[in-house]
Amino acid sequence: MLDPQKIRADFPALHQLVHGKPLVYLDNAATAQKPQIVIDTLSHFYERDNSNVHRGLHALSMRATDAYESARSRVAKFINAADPAEIIFTRGTTESINLVAASWGSANLKPGDVILLTEMEHHSNLVPWQLIAKRTGATLRYLPVIGADAEGGLDLTRLDSLLTPEVKLFAFTHVSNSLGVVNPAAELCAKARARGIITVVDGAQSIGHMPVDVRALDCDFYAFSGHKMAGVTGIGVLYGRRAMLDAMPPWQGGGGMISNVDFFESRWKPAPERFEAGTPNFADAVALGAACDYLDVLGREAIAQHDGALACLAFEKLSELPGIRLLGPRGARSGLVSFAFAEVHAHDIVTFADEDGVALRGGHHCNQPLMRKLGLTGTTRASFYVYNTAEEIDVLVASLRRTLKFFGAA
Amino acid sequence: MSADLTDLYQQVILDHNKRPRNRGKLPTANRVAHGDNPTCGDQCSVYLRLAPGLPGQPNRITEISFDGSGCAISQASASLMTTKVKGKNAAEVAALYKEFHDIVTTGNSPDEVSDLAAFAGVHAFPARIKCATLGWHAALEALKSDSLPTTTESHTD
Repeated sequence: MLDPQKIRADFPALHQLVHGKPLVYLDNAATAQKPQIVIDTLSHFYERDNSNVHRGLHALSMRATDAYESARSRVAKFINAADPAEIIFTRGTTESINLVAASWGSANLKPGDVILLTEMEHHSNLVPWQLIAKRTGATLRYLPVIGADAEGGLDLTRLDSLLTPEVKLFAFTHVSNSLGVVNPAAELCAKARARGIITVVDGAQSIGHMPVDVRALDCDFYAFSGHKMAGVTGIGVLYGRRAMLDAMPPWQGGGGMISNVDFFESRWKPAPERFEAGTPNFADAVALGAACDYLDVLGREAIAQHDGALACLAFEKLSELPGIRLLGPRGARSGLVSFAFAEVHAHDIVTFADEDGVALRGGHHCNQPLMRKLGLTGTTRASFYVYNTAEEIDVLVASLRRTLKFFGAA
Repeated sequence: MSADLTDLYQQVILDHNKRPRNRGKLPTANRVAHGDNPTCGDQCSVYLRLAPGLPGQPNRITEISFDGSGCAISQASASLMTTKVKGKNAAEVAALYKEFHDIVTTGNSPDEVSDLAAFAGVHAFPARIKCATLGWHAALEALKSDSLPTTTESHTD
């Protein structure tokens, strides 16, 4: 069991008043707050060790290189990758997925091929595939969600019939950022693998909230961001199975990724350097290593239980509000709830909640196609993390009641 | 409730949100434009009928309606806009929009009794300025197009 009251002491940003009210930060699915140890690790790096990595022969460069490569090993351990070389540092989930689409996609996709996605994908796991499909002549196909409120999650009964021989790649999210559903990633990967289909898992919403073991999932690629797992912004990861990465061409050219450059031709380093052209974001990578340490001390099984329990409690309390429409599973869920009212728009709710110190997010959550399918333009989302409490859910519900009353909807 | 919030959600705005004027498609429209607010997914379509005025005079809006979905601010603003621009020509609408834009960005209204002044509270919420201007952008876009009905994406700012 996590003790959120104790954990809150680790997060300086939580201790402030917003519009005169104690901050209730429920926008964790967008970005999580940072523990002091992560902030300190970043400051310490800039204060003591800052120097460009690799190629440097002086003391600071060697310290910086050690710290950067240690962070890579730390992240590999965090997701149980077989080899640190399978960890490519990127700017975040979006860049990780774009890397796969640009590199693997351009080398392997051809007219007639199909990319299978799901209807609940974030734009970051949708638009890169639209772009590469246009360039290669491949087409997109979608595994649907079930239910008027998507309460049934993915329609797994349709999966076998959609995984036809034309499907070359299956990209799906581990946890939906607007529904809160946890997809059976291992089962989806197994079905794809049995047919020789490459799998890409979007781990943006899962990575900081539950144990993630890429070898147990048996996926080919796993993409995530540091800032949603108590790390800093600007750093993310693409995990790629070693054999896959070794067979892929570079996607960006520059320093650091070559083994030899001639005027007309170059040769590439192996992964991960092949995919890290230019000066990498080593300082933020080091801070990400500290975030991995922090989350493992809390324990990711405990985090999953804490966040999931808060989301279920919120779901239950919110369901008592008049006219509310709650999206996603009715039972176990990841640490977020997403809801809409016929009478009051999400942005008005978010503005009113802000006045009460409650930070929410309203809008389509980069899930426009899914929202359209559900007949919504957007929802309000409350998302939880290790420092949130049951009392904060009461503050949320009271704020919503006040807003509904103001608009004459309750 | 804070003064800022009561300033934002004025009675005029709540009234237009609850009972929008000129809402729905306009079968007789000869101009259509669509505005999107990509950050929140709000949408607004404006339908209007431009007809010749007196000889030698520019075309005027004889009928107008709007359709779409969005927050109270965007819906009320679009609704009020339709009541304000009816009967006006493109130059007059542009001048009115300038007045409205000044009100929502500065909070100062030259004419306190104007309905548009109800939106002065928006200036304290910079993220909501886009909501308030969405319908206006769609209307300006509709006026820009030539003789045939068009649908364009307007860039909101």
